[in-house]
Amino acid sequence: MNATIAVLAALDGISYAALVFLVSVGLSLIFGVMRIVNVAHGSLYAYGAYAAATIGLAVAPISPWLTYPGLLIAAIGVGAVIGGFLERFLLRLVYGRDEALQLLITFAVFMILDNLQRVIWGVQPIFAAVPLQLLPNISVLGVGYTSYQTLLLPGVAILTLVGLRYFLRRTLAGAVILAVTEDREAATAIGIDPHRVFLTTFILGAILAALGGALASPTTSLLPGIGTDMIVLSFAVAATAGLGQIEGAAVAALMIGLARALAIYTYPEFEVLVPYLIMVVVLLLRPQGLFGTARMRRI
Amino acid sequence: MPRRLPVLVVAGIIGLAAVVLLPLLSPSLVTLLALILAKGIVVLGIIILLQAGQVSFGHAMFFGAGAYAVAFYGRYVGTGDMLLYLLFGAVSGGVLGLVVGLFVVRYREIFFGMLNLAFSMVLWSLLEKMFHYTNGADGIRVARPTIAGMAFTPEGFSYALLYLTFAIAVAALFIVQRYLESPLGHMLRAIKSNETRLEYLGVSARRVLLVGYVVSAVLGGLGGSLVAAIQQIATPEFAYWTKSGEFVFIAILGGAGHALGAFAGATVFEFVRFYASAQLADAWQMILGGVLIVIILLAPAGLIGLLARRRGAEPPRAA
Repeated sequence: MNATIAVLAALDGISYAALVFLVSVGLSLIFGVMRIVNVAHGSLYAYGAYAAATIGLAVAPISPWLTYPGLLIAAIGVGAVIGGFLERFLLRLVYGRDEALQLLITFAVFMILDNLQRVIWGVQPIFAAVPLQLLPNISVLGVGYTSYQTLLLPGVAILTLVGLRYFLRRTLAGAVILAVTEDREAATAIGIDPHRVFLTTFILGAILAALGGALASPTTSLLPGIGTDMIVLSFAVAATAGLGQIEGAAVAALMIGLARALAIYTYPEFEVLVPYLIMVVVLLLRPQGLFGTARMRRI
Repeated sequence: MPRRLPVLVVAGIIGLAAVVLLPLLSPSLVTLLALILAKGIVVLGIIILLQAGQVSFGHAMFFGAGAYAVAFYGRYVGTGDMLLYLLFGAVSGGVLGLVVGLFVVRYREIFFGMLNLAFSMVLWSLLEKMFHYTNGADGIRVARPTIAGMAFTPEGFSYALLYLTFAIAVAALFIVQRYLESPLGHMLRAIKSNETRLEYLGVSARRVLLVGYVVSAVLGGLGGSLVAAIQQIATPEFAYWTKSGEFVFIAILGGAGHALGAFAGATVFEFVRFYASAQLADAWQMILGGVLIVIILLAPAGLIGLLARRRGAEPPRAA
């Protein structure tokens, strides 16, 4: 493998890791606070992508620069509307119920959203690369690459990581969320409404998934099934890091992103295998994930 | 779990009558019924694990293993006999179940589910990408085998396969129900209610779960080889995570309180899919999702739970 390919693989890996991080940190956040694995998380990614593409294709004739606010509006719109609706009218009905049922209700939502997505946007691939083409290409160690993928995507990911850390550790709203996570009963006793915390968390997580999708939309063609693949991938990242680990998700995303990119350039047939293989190995050695802390055994 | 529910016996007899009579009335139902029974066999395995409170979101790997065992045999050895295929499917499901099981039975709840998912996705990506051996996403066609040495016409084969599947389903149903009512089955349920106490009794919870896991993997392999023969193809989709979700879905829909729930759930699931996709081309998945939500919210013990409640019997416990 020569240097050019190594640089290419690294750039691919980083831009890909940035997207996967956004989605998986949302999944991880929701699990950390609500103890629910949201199987429909990948659908939110897909809806974010499709919504961004739709808005982008509509506003591009007016001014291509409008596609950028379009990405953001798509992410927030999809996350707030679908995420809010799901938590308020479905998940709230199953809190405290059997874990299998909680998992399965999000699976039902996934089935519905997946079907609806094909009804709304069809099965033909959609291309919306305007935001990608607007920014110039840059040269990294002699390798040409889009600055959208080398600068913008990692930039957003880092901003999200720092922002989330700040929000959870330095603001009152964040402290409230952490309080409910640590001890729901005690938090309720001092006057915190856990339902509001759950709603906020779920919407925040959903927006992150949709943002990942919106930002991914210019870099790829949109097809049915992008959400179905993304959910397991983000799951692999979140589980490798340890569910609920925010900084860990960034490291795991980078690890899996780089490994996958390396596989594409060396053994392309193993591309899809790599993330799951890493997940299996990590979970076997450290079931709580690389950065998770071991729980006491249930008695 | 109630020991005997007369209403369930009645339901079993209705099922028997349906399998024997319906195909005579409408030949188009033959394949559908066989599919229902084959999937029900797989879902029996999910129900076993649900007794222990464990949800496997990767059970499609055994289903896929069974299907590809048949497909590989056909491709590399030559068309064999259906009974041989079944043996092959069951063994490959069981061996894979033992290997994976040795790892996963150390974990519970979300970790158990995640590891299963991870293993199944590894198998899926291998099937999808080892194009040389598996034809990738196109899958491998499965030629029509003989059954117990007898060759059949395409139509005769579908009937023979239906009755064979039915026989296996009935046997599996009784064996699983007996297993769940045996001491080993009760220990399995103790893993859900209080694993520590179970261990204080001197029982290895891991071993109890491993037995259940291997049994459920064998059922998955059997079901997979049946479906491969029914649909005459094996594709990587067989091992994809949505397939695993589908099996858990059917288990909850039917009700995990009784082994018969597997077949009740599979019947409703496949009929809704069959008719909804015929009538409303592109909405069957939405309809099924809606059905699932209604069941979870209103009848968490599933169809079997509804049936038992109506007759005033002790309702089976939810999953």
